[in-house]
Amino acid sequence: MGLDIRWPIGLMFTLIGALLAVNGLITSSDTEMYERSLGININLIWGAVLLVFGVLMLLGAISGGKKNPPSA
Amino acid sequence: MHIVLHWLDYTILLAYTGFVIGIGWMLSRYMKTSSDFLTSGRSIPTWVTGLAFISANLGALELVGMAASGAKYGIATCHFYWVGAIPAMIFLAVFMMPFYYGSKARSVPEYLKMRFDERVRALNSIAFAVMTIFASGISMNALAKLLNQLLGWNYNFALFVCSGVVLVYVLKGGLTSAIYTEVLQFFMIVLGFAPVVYLGLKDVGWWGTLMERLHIVAQNPMALNLNTTAFRADAWTSAWKPVLAGPANNPMGVDWFAMIFGLGFVLSFGYWCTNFLVVQRAMAAKNMTAARNTPLVAAVPKMLFPALVILPGMLAVALASLPDKDYRIPPPILSEATYASGIAAVKAANPADPAAAVKAVGDALGKAVDPVKITSLVAANAGGKLSDEQIHKGLYNSIAENYYDGVIISLVTRYCPTGLLGLALTALLASFMSGMAGNVTAFNTVWTYDLYQAYFAPGRTDAHYFWMGKFITVVGIILSIFAAYFASMYNNAMDIIQLVFGFVNAPLFATFLLGMFWKRCTGTGAFLGLFGGIAGSAIFHALTTTTGNVDAAGHVINVMKGGYLGVVTKFPSEMAQNFWLATVAFLACFTLTAVISLLTSRTKSDEELKGLVYSLTPKTVDHNQPLWQRPAVVGIVLLICCIILNVIFW
Repeated sequence: MGLDIRWPIGLMFTLIGALLAVNGLITSSDTEMYERSLGININLIWGAVLLVFGVLMLLGAISGGKKNPPSA
Repeated sequence: MHIVLHWLDYTILLAYTGFVIGIGWMLSRYMKTSSDFLTSGRSIPTWVTGLAFISANLGALELVGMAASGAKYGIATCHFYWVGAIPAMIFLAVFMMPFYYGSKARSVPEYLKMRFDERVRALNSIAFAVMTIFASGISMNALAKLLNQLLGWNYNFALFVCSGVVLVYVLKGGLTSAIYTEVLQFFMIVLGFAPVVYLGLKDVGWWGTLMERLHIVAQNPMALNLNTTAFRADAWTSAWKPVLAGPANNPMGVDWFAMIFGLGFVLSFGYWCTNFLVVQRAMAAKNMTAARNTPLVAAVPKMLFPALVILPGMLAVALASLPDKDYRIPPPILSEATYASGIAAVKAANPADPAAAVKAVGDALGKAVDPVKITSLVAANAGGKLSDEQIHKGLYNSIAENYYDGVIISLVTRYCPTGLLGLALTALLASFMSGMAGNVTAFNTVWTYDLYQAYFAPGRTDAHYFWMGKFITVVGIILSIFAAYFASMYNNAMDIIQLVFGFVNAPLFATFLLGMFWKRCTGTGAFLGLFGGIAGSAIFHALTTTTGNVDAAGHVINVMKGGYLGVVTKFPSEMAQNFWLATVAFLACFTLTAVISLLTSRTKSDEELKGLVYSLTPKTVDHNQPLWQRPAVVGIVLLICCIILNVIFW
């Protein structure tokens, strides 16, 4: 099939990761909110992890796309 | 007690929904024939089919149920993965995939038709189609109920929205769409739950403290209402020692033979090697090597999943045992009105008469309560010192019963701030959708090719079957919704249906084993053997029950748990009864099939069975493959890893 699944996975996690990380940055002074997560700014940290994962998937899709053109 | 979601949580949920529907949309232009739609035209790379293979199996019930079992049984729950899945997945890859893929069958029932005859195919496909719909309905009902009770979402809304999303992307992109979204869902589930597990571990005080707490709990599980008897200290923390010590020494109440033969051989091989839901993913692979490697790719995450799905249950138990953590395993969900009458009962109670107070509060809640906790609650409230909210919390903590299915959500809500909460709930919905899409895509293929094309309308154009495949997808989802409502209305009927499915499934692997590895096995033998196996399990169930299901006078309490034709043997637990039932059904089917085959004459020649039976099929040559792509080599490596895991947690 002509769709490389790494594109949607990469895009989705980049988007969600960026959303979470930005939210984490904005709310970083909100200690009450992060009491639940044991004082860790989990949105920032996990958002960054998702962002990195998403970007890696996208890089994979880009390099894979060069090796096997979509028509294959 | 409902959890409030914010715009960020909804945005994450919507982003996910948008992407899965988008995948369906992108793929719809490649859907040109019935085979594109129903079997993916055999075009998908291994890592994709491998992750889909595992994701289709990882439905919401599995996620919720494994955490529940982790709490109830501890590390021994891993046997469902390390004993009950990995060896069978490797066997499927190395020995069985060559026949499924090589025979060019489009489904498991179709393979049965090629190997035996139409009767065996009809029996298998009808049973599979009916079971798939009910399985889908049961899981939908469970999820909608959970979302309703914990998030306050409307039951109908949850049901219709989730199945609506699945309908859209399956209808657009068929099996390919289901498989692709399953990969996305796989990552969603893993990345959505991993932070919850991490925070839980950190909160408990990492692995050492977890083990310490579970040792204490095992010796007094009554304190947390986990069990009615005490066990040895390692009952929750060792996988094998408590099982080897006998059924009385482990909370599962099983012996090692039932565990290895019943679960590890009969049930596990019966599921992983014959269930079209999972096998279909491997059959969609682009070539034989990819097909054989699919279950092997899947085995890697499967082996590690206990850390994601079972560990949360164990963490919940450890947390509940630490008084300063202010956590309990969730009690059965009661309405606010029930709590209100409980609060009234506490206020009305006389602290000088604790026994009457305990009874009054218990009656008001309609649940068994912890007498010590109620007595101290009533004493603390003497003179109306506590607020309603404090009494509410006291009541919540004193209900002497656990609702294990709530464990996973209780941890999610405990640790997740807005944002991460949306991610974790999306992961839960993703697991539900992947399971449902798996059911629907397996159902539409079996219906279209094995029932409709075979018996109702043979010889039509492919365009017609393509149309039918789409039409039955819609019908399948509507039927699942009906099954979900049925499950929500008639709990007992649902239990009976699941029981019957257990009977039907238990002997199945014997038929495949004999069919694939013994050319003398005949269609009549297979057909009658299957019936014999099903009858064998029904009779076994009618004659046995569990120890707890017999009252002092020797009468059976609940006929759903067996023993309605007399009690020949009592098992320490339902799980043990199940494992033994599977064992008996397998042996009955195996023996009958073999004997009847020898008494009947063969209807298929050696030539016809080529590619379908082991001894008549040229061995798959994989010497030209690099070492790490040879199924046999990878299979052995995985098996060794699995054994190492068993030894570590021995």
